Amino acid sequence: MSGYSQSEPLARTAPIEANVRKGAKPASQSHRLPGDGIIDRRSPLQFSFDGKTMTGFAGDTLASALVANGVKLVGRSFKYHRPRGIVTAGSEEPSALVEMRTGARREPNTRATTQELYDGLIANSQNRWPSLRRDLMSINQLFAPIFVAGFYYKTFMWPARFWEAIYEPMIRRAAGLGKSAELPDPDHYDKAWAHCDVLVVGAGPAGLSAALAAGRAGSRVILVEEDSLIGGRLLSDGGEIDGLDAREWLRRATRELVSLPNVRIMTRTALFGVYDGGTYAALERVSDNVAMPDRHQVRQRIWRIVARRSVVTAGAIERPIVFSGNDRPGVMMASAVRTYVNRFAALPGKRVALFTNNDDGWRTVETIERAGAHVVAVIDPRHEVPVQYQRLVDTYDLRVLAGVVSDVKGGVDGVRSIVVTNGKNGLTQRIDTDCLAVSGGWNPNVGLSCFHRGKPIWREDIAAFVPGNAPKGMATAGAANGELSLGACLRDGHSAGARAAAECGAVGKPGEASKADDEAYSITPLWHVKGKGKAFVDFQHDVTASDVTLAQREGFESVEHLKRYTTLGMATDQGKTSNINGLAIMAEASGRTIPETGTTIYRPPYAPVAIGAFAGHHRDENFHATRLTPSHHWAARHGAVFVDTGLWKRAQWYPRAGEKDWLESVTREVLAVRNGVGFCDVSTLGKVDVRGADAGAFLDRVYINAFSSLAVGKARYGLMLREDGIVMDDGTTSRLAEDHYFLTTTTAKAGPVMQHLEFCRQVLFPELDVQLTSATDQWAQLSIAGPNARKLLQALVDPSEDLTNEGFPFMGVREVQLRGGVTARLFRISFSGEMAFEISVPARYGAAMAENLMIAGKPYGVTPYGTEALGVMRIEKGHVAGPELNGTTTADDLGLGKMMSKKKDFIGRVMAGREALTAPNRQVVVGIKPVDRARRLRSGAHVIPKGAIPGPQTDQGYVTSVCFSPMLDQWIGLGLVERGRERTGEIVGIHDPLRTEDYEAEICSPVFYDPEGVRQRG
Amino acid sequence: MRIACPFCGERENGEFTYLGDAAPKRPNFVVDGGESPERIEDAFYDYVYLRDNLAGVMREYWYHGGGCRSWLVAERNTVTHEFIAVTAAPGAGAASAMRAGE
Repeated sequence: MSGYSQSEPLARTAPIEANVRKGAKPASQSHRLPGDGIIDRRSPLQFSFDGKTMTGFAGDTLASALVANGVKLVGRSFKYHRPRGIVTAGSEEPSALVEMRTGARREPNTRATTQELYDGLIANSQNRWPSLRRDLMSINQLFAPIFVAGFYYKTFMWPARFWEAIYEPMIRRAAGLGKSAELPDPDHYDKAWAHCDVLVVGAGPAGLSAALAAGRAGSRVILVEEDSLIGGRLLSDGGEIDGLDAREWLRRATRELVSLPNVRIMTRTALFGVYDGGTYAALERVSDNVAMPDRHQVRQRIWRIVARRSVVTAGAIERPIVFSGNDRPGVMMASAVRTYVNRFAALPGKRVALFTNNDDGWRTVETIERAGAHVVAVIDPRHEVPVQYQRLVDTYDLRVLAGVVSDVKGGVDGVRSIVVTNGKNGLTQRIDTDCLAVSGGWNPNVGLSCFHRGKPIWREDIAAFVPGNAPKGMATAGAANGELSLGACLRDGHSAGARAAAECGAVGKPGEASKADDEAYSITPLWHVKGKGKAFVDFQHDVTASDVTLAQREGFESVEHLKRYTTLGMATDQGKTSNINGLAIMAEASGRTIPETGTTIYRPPYAPVAIGAFAGHHRDENFHATRLTPSHHWAARHGAVFVDTGLWKRAQWYPRAGEKDWLESVTREVLAVRNGVGFCDVSTLGKVDVRGADAGAFLDRVYINAFSSLAVGKARYGLMLREDGIVMDDGTTSRLAEDHYFLTTTTAKAGPVMQHLEFCRQVLFPELDVQLTSATDQWAQLSIAGPNARKLLQALVDPSEDLTNEGFPFMGVREVQLRGGVTARLFRISFSGEMAFEISVPARYGAAMAENLMIAGKPYGVTPYGTEALGVMRIEKGHVAGPELNGTTTADDLGLGKMMSKKKDFIGRVMAGREALTAPNRQVVVGIKPVDRARRLRSGAHVIPKGAIPGPQTDQGYVTSVCFSPMLDQWIGLGLVERGRERTGEIVGIHDPLRTEDYEAEICSPVFYDPEGVRQRG
Repeated sequence: MRIACPFCGERENGEFTYLGDAAPKRPNFVVDGGESPERIEDAFYDYVYLRDNLAGVMREYWYHGGGCRSWLVAERNTVTHEFIAVTAAPGAGAASAMRAGE
């Protein structure tokens, strides 16, 4: 690998994404080190950042490739548009957020530190105009005094009309980082389940130990790791384990885990949520490391992992120190500096200064010096060099300063120098540097263990919070548990893994924990170096130390208030690098300790998850399941227009050539039925088979009217109430045998009614011998209506079947033999008011039935009709439906009060008798027709007394259902009107504020057509 | 979260629907049996509307609509969401009906 030279030609083909400038000479990797790193120098990759073409290697992240190319400035900050660079090397990155990809795949706020490099990658900086280097919005810095904490609340108060006209548009223009794609997402997302005994979260030394222990013991183990590689800090900091170099140990550990069939390793998979009962959610970035997903491959996949035990070994996050200028490009976490050098062979700076208050930061010295760069100074406020690093001072002739960094000078190109203030005498000195590595200590990653309102516990010795009461079944280990040395991580992980396996009943041996040194770790907390200039706590939301102290002075002392008032920790990084510093500064300002101040509540997701990933495949036509009627394809062939009713697609009408609009088609269909014969698929109605010795008694209790008295071979209309007395649903129910009923529901309520019936059967009346079976999908049911319905049907049934009024009267039910041998159920029921039959055949014969009705009905001009014509005919007949059964109406409101049996208890009986539900001034169903016969009635319009001024005081009801009635040749409707039945013939006002219409209408009987019901009795 | 249906085993909670407190019992009365209508109405009012809002373990009705369509009685901790026990409602899954009083 070390033989690689930059002049080696690019082996890969041209970039996939088109606008990487072809032919332009890529910038050389000026900051790439010759050392080994974990990158593949034989696989160079070309990418573009802000239109400039550069190269990197397979194994790079976008951030490491930018570091290797000497790029420091990668974005502008949220409020002040200050130049910003790369701060970390992980998913906690608050600053290096870029817009990835272009067109429909453009995604803002992608962390450059987690984005793997691929050939042809296109990224752009955000929040700058016109360019990153010359950003005109950085003028915001001059107005900094108005952008202090709570500035929205303080600045945009008045005048009120300015809010919509000026403030809001201005804020919307200025706010947000980057632009999301404006085109539909072309990618697919997936959702999947996984199950295991032991879930190990994070594959650093502790996680690997835990997975090895649990895996050897025989448990089913899933090890998830958000990085593309397993190893965690071992990839960056190395060390010696079991006498081996850490990378060699890692290779062996990986080999062993892979060899265990009960262990599954999932890389690029970030755990983001912890849910009840041991369910976890993780996001797998399946194809984010390539320009676009392979054919039939998804971009991302959400895993729901059900685990009996989990071991969270999610490591720790190094925290910044808050000092003036700490946000300048080139100020980087010390651990990130080591990652870029050791893992990616990319050098963040050639003259590095180190500012650390703890021993761990000192590791950085050796990394930098071995990389051939120079450590210009180590600034440690503790006045003493840690014993174990004493040798470095001599070896590298280190300049060690006991003090703090009090300011950082530099421009868009990053850090040029720092100001160091002596801790004893307060004298300052300036040191030239191009990279300031900072370590304020390590915060164990307590988030996942706190998602169930766990309260983390403060540990003085490491000046950090550690997990408190983790959710049931979860253990924490390693750095996530506050164990910050390699040896302790290996031991802690091993014992947690072994314990979890044993709790799951594994009987195998977990083996021995690997051994490594326990490096000493001491820290003297340093949160904030007071001084002039902006000292940033939250880089992503531009929250400064003075914002925190201002919030305290203004009374926002609670951490939850602090968070909302300053927006600290509310950006996409959720304050991973800023929350603890913010509350420490608040603690100091308010004279409380850090544990007294406390943390804000931790909530999922741990890291941002795209909405698309949550949706998975459930989008567009797959948003929900689609139910097709048995005659659907037949209807489609006959040109039906379909309408969505719940999950169903139903034929709405069947347009014919030359018809100018839907109304003409629907009117034709109605007239065809009323004058001849038509048919309609009504299979969507819910159907329930009710069987058992007590079936009749059961139905008596769920319907307001009696069914035990229904004769075998008869159907009856039934109405059921909720227990509070309001109408739940209606439908016809037939008695097929002494102990066998066939119940129908409305289309919309099929599911809820089934649930209700099961509740009645299983919970309320378990003593009844009755069984329920949903049969909605088993039967194709077609309504055949019109004066010629009988003639048509006669042509289809066996000649021996008697369908005359005498042989098969109105409301009769029986089985019939169809010509060809199929047995059907025939119901003499009518929704249209015409002589009508409903015929039920097994669902698989539905399409054939429709086809045969067309053939046999040809002599009668048979016409298929849709839900619109169905609706017109039911309104003409005054039958109530969904708009009237609207969850507020009683049986009496619908004009069906007389159906309520006085002889028996039924669901809703007692509550329906309450005063307000029986009040004489209730709104009841009436017919409504405009006085002006040419006027179109619209549903939703209000009914008021004639001549009254519209308003809540004069409102007397509203129009529920309307249609154009071909029989009356005018628009008619049903409505719910106060005392409506007493007001037949009254002229009322119709007020339609939505369409600004006012006109007069007459209250009439809801039965507009054939009120005596002569036609349906045929 | 998964819920242990006594008929189907552990299933995803999305298959289930929550109804509420299993404590209130539907009042039993005989039509024209001499009981005062006010008393009957009061009893139904309590049954339909009045619920204890427990923080802790309570018995609740759940419906396994995405599975065996059984009504279940779950003992659940409303603070931790932990299911302690799930049993079938008296008439759930019964091959033959229970007799009253059983």
